[in-house]
Amino acid sequence: MNTATRPAPQAAFVAPKDLRPQEPAPVSNRGIYGWSRAHLFGSVGQVLLTLLGILVVYVTIPPLLKFFIFDAVWSGAGRDACLPEKIGRPVGACWPFIYAKFNQILYGFYPESERWRVNVVYFLGAALLAPLLFPKVPYKRVNALAFFGIYPVVSFVLLTGGNLSLNNFLLGGTGLENIKGSVAGLRLSYWVQFIIVTGLACAIAALAAPVFGGSRRGAVRGTLSTFAIIALVLLAVDLDFGLQEVETRQWGGLLVTLVIAVTGIVVSLPLGILLALGRRSNLPLVKISSIVFIEFWRGVPLITVLFFATYMLPLFLPGRFTIDGLLRALVGVALFASAYMAEVVRGGLQAIPKGQYEGAQAMGLRSGLMMRLVILPQALKLVIPGIVNNFIGLFKDTTLVLIVSIFDLLGILRASFTDPAWATPTTLFTGFGFAGLVYFVFCYGMSRYSMALEKRLDRSNRH
Amino acid sequence: MTDARWSEPAPTRRRWSWTDPALRSAVIQIALGIALIWLAWSFFANAQANLARQGIASGFGFLDNSAGFGITQTLIPYSESMSYGRAFLVGLLNTLLVAFLGIILATILGFLVGVARLSENVVIKALASAYVEVTRNLPPLFQILFWYLAVLAAMPNPRQSWGFGLQPLFNFLADTFAGIGLAPLGSMFRTLAGDVAGPSVFVNNRGLVVPRPVFESGFVWVVVAFFVAILASFLIGRWAKARQLATGQQFPVFWTGFGLIVGLPIVVCFALGVPVTLEKPALQGFNFVGGVRVIPEFVSLLLALSIYTAGFIAEIVRAGILAVSKGQTEAAKSLGLRSGPTLRLVVIPQAMRVIVPPLTSQYLNITKNSTLGVAVGYPDLFAIFAGTTLNQTGQAIEIIAITMAVYLTISILTSMLMGWYNKRVALVER
Repeated sequence: MNTATRPAPQAAFVAPKDLRPQEPAPVSNRGIYGWSRAHLFGSVGQVLLTLLGILVVYVTIPPLLKFFIFDAVWSGAGRDACLPEKIGRPVGACWPFIYAKFNQILYGFYPESERWRVNVVYFLGAALLAPLLFPKVPYKRVNALAFFGIYPVVSFVLLTGGNLSLNNFLLGGTGLENIKGSVAGLRLSYWVQFIIVTGLACAIAALAAPVFGGSRRGAVRGTLSTFAIIALVLLAVDLDFGLQEVETRQWGGLLVTLVIAVTGIVVSLPLGILLALGRRSNLPLVKISSIVFIEFWRGVPLITVLFFATYMLPLFLPGRFTIDGLLRALVGVALFASAYMAEVVRGGLQAIPKGQYEGAQAMGLRSGLMMRLVILPQALKLVIPGIVNNFIGLFKDTTLVLIVSIFDLLGILRASFTDPAWATPTTLFTGFGFAGLVYFVFCYGMSRYSMALEKRLDRSNRH
Repeated sequence: MTDARWSEPAPTRRRWSWTDPALRSAVIQIALGIALIWLAWSFFANAQANLARQGIASGFGFLDNSAGFGITQTLIPYSESMSYGRAFLVGLLNTLLVAFLGIILATILGFLVGVARLSENVVIKALASAYVEVTRNLPPLFQILFWYLAVLAAMPNPRQSWGFGLQPLFNFLADTFAGIGLAPLGSMFRTLAGDVAGPSVFVNNRGLVVPRPVFESGFVWVVVAFFVAILASFLIGRWAKARQLATGQQFPVFWTGFGLIVGLPIVVCFALGVPVTLEKPALQGFNFVGGVRVIPEFVSLLLALSIYTAGFIAEIVRAGILAVSKGQTEAAKSLGLRSGPTLRLVVIPQAMRVIVPPLTSQYLNITKNSTLGVAVGYPDLFAIFAGTTLNQTGQAIEIIAITMAVYLTISILTSMLMGWYNKRVALVER
């Protein structure tokens, strides 16, 4: 067909040319001028907002700098160095106060001659944690084992002094506790009981093995190796290394803060995984008890948990037990943290596509193996940012132990505010400024880390 | 063809097997059940033995005993001779008060900061980000102690209180109106300024002292007018919606309702000759007489909780708004909606679906974190009950159980409400 011969269409739907005047080209938002128009001075409202913002910056930042840096006192030996009437100028932060209290902030009332032990623990922790944080460093498995398995035991021995003189292993009251004799701080009665309990456990494992689809030999071997690990740990805390005992009442400051936060995470991780698996179990009793446990601890404030652990728990245990104050707080924190950890892990388990479960089952894996080999490795990798966020929360929550009279970082500072040797008008602000900086550096650093990790995971999950 | 079919063998009774899943689950559950029962029983037995040894009577009878301690902030009448049960109630109300006000303040602040973080304006955006990072990364207890020990304790003593009054404002208004030629308004403000001579709000290291409103009998009608206005705006809203559905005509429901709810009580109030007077606090000796004193413990707890939680709420709000895809805004614009209705009808309803669940858990966090008031001595449920009462009676089990039960109840009620809301707003997927 020849298109040229067709009549021009009646274009009634085309707007007449003069309906609207042509609009000018939109203002450019390129270049410095354009950028500042878009982000600073685009309209009257924008200008007002910018001015308001600048005003806020002006009234906050310069006074803070003036207080903490320019007007601050940097050296001196006592409160006189920080009194404006003594040194004849306006005084900002009183940093000599922090130097004077620095050892307390780091170690609490830990005996001065034994502080090297705390330093070793700090150093070991940093040395083991740093390579764990960077995904590129190899030997993750060994590293994680060292940090989560060996490090806590070593730290425990170093910090408390070890040599617990354990004397009853589950079989108290059977007459076995009367066996006398001890070697290098180890009581014979205890270790005889331990061996008997190991035998009993092996027998039970052999009996129950077929129910769980395993061989009797394998079950006994597994039980034996579990007990061997337990024995190693117990041996480490029971042996006399010649370290002086340091009671936890003497601990304090950053040491207590870190001990509580790290213990909370290390204990809550396995417990949380168990609870999360329990919550997704098909067995009604397991499922219900997991849900009740998780929801109970998540529903109450941490401070009630600490009070529960401090005042109620001792009543629930046989009268001959007296539990250390810090240990009580640790139990409370661990229970509380595992409930939150369980929810984080559950999120990871739910994010694993159903195909993974079905694939594992199609390969003939039993549910335990399926979880261990297929599901958990993927789920745990997904929830690392969540675990870090949990740790940030826990780190902030450790401050609560000062209410049950344990002196953490904040507690030590609060106690040192009452020191008359440093009573100056700016002591309080200096102390809060310093503690705030410490908390901020820890929490902000960790949150940045978790964000970076999230981004990385997000990228590696993309197809 | 039919012979090619193979027939399935008749189902035989399954033989008993060690690896039967039913047996396995029975074994696990029975073992867990026995362990739980053993744990509960040993806790119970140990507790009984320990209590008997310490000579503590168990039971809830102590709730009727006279408490014998004073409480610095009471919303209902309370005196030392009243029972522990009454003290519990006072504490519960104090907890609810600080939680309620904290929720309101944190929501307002959080929404403002959250929106500011999405602002085009880089200065505002940077400030909002700084606010979020600083407040979220400092422990709440640190913030409470900071406000209490460092800021509020640095206020002057009662005799040198900072006073604030409305007189300067009224004088300024009077001058302005007189200056621009509105003499009658000017003189009205001049007389008002005379009425409020002297400051009426005081700040000192014992807290905040504000005038106490004294209601006369006629004030009931103002309250009635308020509720009538709410009912009326509700009815107007329904009528306006029906009319819009029928005719397409819109009605300014919001402004009408706002005018009614604010205006009607004020009109009624003035019509009745203002049936409320303010009892102004006055300095007598070393302290203030009259007025209402807001204790510094309350102020520091409220400030710290709302500032801390607002940081989290800001992040939730930001995430919620970002979760609404840009296509929704563009589609709304291409339908011809102006930016106000686009926000109100398209963006906010969808953002709320994302915002509300984490927001509720933040509200719950405020309620739970209000227990931190015990560190500065704010008499909330926890401080009164698990603190003072526990010290006096020693009945740890009952008291901690009651305290935990209260917070647990609040949590469970909130999460049930949340579940109901989620079901209501859940996307209907096809």
